Amino acid sequence: MAISTYRPLPSELADIQAEMEGHAADYGLDFYRTIFEMLDYEELSMFAAYGGFPTRYPHWRFGAQYDELMKGYSYGLQKIYEMVINTDPCYAYLLSCNSLTDQKLVIAHVYGHCDFFKNNAWFSHTNRKMLDQMANHGARARRYIDRIGHEKVEEFIDACLSLEDLIDMYSPHIQRTPSRNKTLMPNELKPRRDDKHLEGTTDEIEEEEGDGEQHAARFATKGYLDPFVNPRTAIDAEEEEIKKRAEESRARRSFPEEPQRDVLLFLLEHAPLQPWQHDILSIIRDEAYYFAPQGQTKIMNEGWASFWHSTIMTHHGVTDADFIDYADHHSGTMATSRNRLNPYKLGIELLRDIEDRWNKGKFGPEWENCDDMETKMKWDRQLGLGREKIFEVRRVHNDVTFIDNFLTPEFCIQQNLFQYRFNEENDYYEIASREFAAIKRQLLDNLTNHGRPFIYVQDGNYKNRGELYLAHRYQGIELKQDYAQDTLVNLQKLWRRPVHIETIVDDKPRVLSFDGHTHESK
Amino acid sequence: MSRSIDQDLGRFKEIVRGKVRQQLRKYISNGEMIGRKGREFVSIPVPNIEIPHFRHGEKNSGGAGQGEGDVGQPIGKGQGADQDGNGQAGDQPGGHVREVEVSLDELAEMLGQELELPRIVPKGKDTISAEKDKYNSINQKGPESLRHFKRTYKNALRRMIASNDYNVEKPVIIPMKEDQLYRGSKSIFVPQANAAIIYMMDVSGSMTDDQKEIVRTESFWIDTWLQSQYDGIQTRYIIHDAAAKEVDEDTFYHTRESGGTKISAAYEVARNIISTEYPSADWNIYCFQFSDGDNWGEDNKACIKMLTEDLIPHCNLFCYGQVESPYGSGDYMRELNKIANQHENLVLSEIPNKDAIYNSIKTFLGKGK
Repeated sequence: MAISTYRPLPSELADIQAEMEGHAADYGLDFYRTIFEMLDYEELSMFAAYGGFPTRYPHWRFGAQYDELMKGYSYGLQKIYEMVINTDPCYAYLLSCNSLTDQKLVIAHVYGHCDFFKNNAWFSHTNRKMLDQMANHGARARRYIDRIGHEKVEEFIDACLSLEDLIDMYSPHIQRTPSRNKTLMPNELKPRRDDKHLEGTTDEIEEEEGDGEQHAARFATKGYLDPFVNPRTAIDAEEEEIKKRAEESRARRSFPEEPQRDVLLFLLEHAPLQPWQHDILSIIRDEAYYFAPQGQTKIMNEGWASFWHSTIMTHHGVTDADFIDYADHHSGTMATSRNRLNPYKLGIELLRDIEDRWNKGKFGPEWENCDDMETKMKWDRQLGLGREKIFEVRRVHNDVTFIDNFLTPEFCIQQNLFQYRFNEENDYYEIASREFAAIKRQLLDNLTNHGRPFIYVQDGNYKNRGELYLAHRYQGIELKQDYAQDTLVNLQKLWRRPVHIETIVDDKPRVLSFDGHTHESK
Repeated sequence: MSRSIDQDLGRFKEIVRGKVRQQLRKYISNGEMIGRKGREFVSIPVPNIEIPHFRHGEKNSGGAGQGEGDVGQPIGKGQGADQDGNGQAGDQPGGHVREVEVSLDELAEMLGQELELPRIVPKGKDTISAEKDKYNSINQKGPESLRHFKRTYKNALRRMIASNDYNVEKPVIIPMKEDQLYRGSKSIFVPQANAAIIYMMDVSGSMTDDQKEIVRTESFWIDTWLQSQYDGIQTRYIIHDAAAKEVDEDTFYHTRESGGTKISAAYEVARNIISTEYPSADWNIYCFQFSDGDNWGEDNKACIKMLTEDLIPHCNLFCYGQVESPYGSGDYMRELNKIANQHENLVLSEIPNKDAIYNSIKTFLGKGK
């Protein structure tokens, strides 16, 4: 279904676009062809609610999101200026009521995002034709709705969405042990024909299984002596023994062999799903993988785009008439708050800091070992490597490695960063520390796995009764119990047999279970 | 063009309303569950419609922030009520509650659908006009809350550059009094159908707090419905024991007088308000009277006379709700019953307890007047 018919930009904006594109390219930004469209706020909210893809499968949560965006806008609480989609060509949507200054800034900002999408390694496995794929997903889901009924499909989608973050974010980039996918049936792969993450794993598995067989030991001998050197009965007995042992070890072996991060994949392979349910779940998993890198690089991506809108605008874009509006807009975007870190601000400042440090040579052992503040303040080796360095940073890092590698004590002081903790006694969040180590640790904790708990499939045949046993890798923060229980209910809808999750409550191990009727906690 | 977002939004609202509607009866009986938020919205607790995920609890959690402050300084409140991680996990399937903001219009619509209330056809459309403020001009003077920051800044900057006070090295702009500009409003007049609600309540010694709670809850819902039917509504409150007076909303619900009861005194005040301020040709007038049914015996005759001659003919509706109190006799209802079938717009309802509010609203508003 056509959502919006293509409306070319008015010539005034088309000129600005051409100008900004020129500046961006001159600075070395490298992007796919970028198509801009103007939308009114309703349309933009709609696009945003759908994560940029208005042809996605129908679901009420998009409606809820839309409602929130529209309300926020009508009460003047928030405003989306623009939206960019990671595709080739890159689509960018501008809010039609933006002032001309805003449009300039936003267009420059967009080119930063486009460059990032194209060049950052964490996006290298995303499908650049996602518009088509999302539309395809939408069409499939609508077909099931027509066939199975809205209520049923919706209820199933609700259950899947509850588990959507249980994926293995790094799996597109590395090969986990092949044995992990041992039970992957080729026929089960069919509905996932467009799933890149699994390509190339099946062959290796078959190969390994072919070689795995073990035989009884035979002594090398001439043919006629063989029945005597290797007596038939002994060989048979030994073969029998080996077979028995193999069977025993197979029975003992837990399943999956190693804890599996990609819970959704495990469910796709082993949960008793009907074909349409299987397809819906695979759609949700695909989309979760598509969006994952955007979550992994929020600080870098926004920082990078802001760095470039700021650089381009202040050097080329802003006219005298623009500059109050520009300054107002830019400082609004960079506003900091004590309870939530602004990714735009953190990102742009850290990139600027890196550029400055590499320009002046403030890195390496000599710099690290220098204890004299005076020298450090005046340090300038005139290397001029800054620009090159930040381009490298945008290519290889994600938020976690970005913070891990480049956050410095000086930066934390300069940016007034602090760590806060929840104080159970008075039910308040309080500033806990301004120590560099604590801040860095906290930031990394919050960014790793998007700050969500690590959940693994531990056993798909728990107690040998086909029950599903998940494990939460406890890292100091407990699960939110009521949410965990509700999520188990949804998990049980997919698995059908009782489900469990092992976690820590009050420093003691505890297993939360749901068998379809009652919750248990032991 | 039908957009898919409209369907998704519709579905979302259906779910929210469905949850609200399933429990509407409960909300109506329990006035405390509805919190008014400003004039437009109420927040209604509905069972969770969030999609649950495995998430971290608050205990031992934290984050990084940016800004001033010493170690130990609180920067925000926790969610408190949740109290997770306290070993409460057990046999209760997640029953957490989420507050959903529902606009009063939506609420009224739900109420209307649920109680099958007929829409009201207002009278007197063109004669009354309401004043509305529109902020579309700029003034030299005004309250600080309306200061136009950008224009003020621009003025100040222009002045500082012109007077050579602007320092490029230290670009600090200090606006002076004559730089300040403010948003200004203009009043415009919009024709509208107007309605007035007059609430009367017996506050004599026999009315307890429980009864007032019933009155409060019921009038909230009546307000909600009538507001959805008219553009502008004026509400007046009269309390009475042996004497009557007009009061503001707060006093109306919280006053407790003692002494005898003379209903005609309240009617007298109501009659004056109507005749001086709300000519019935232009106004849709609604009277709601709440009492425990006690009246000074001699007074009944005078009441009926005023009611039939001065009040009922001018009102769209005259509703009498009788709450049951341990002290009231309930005689007045019997008196009114005698004349009820002669007057189509006189509606009577007995409200023995909170659960009866639901049916009482239906009785009052079910006529579509």
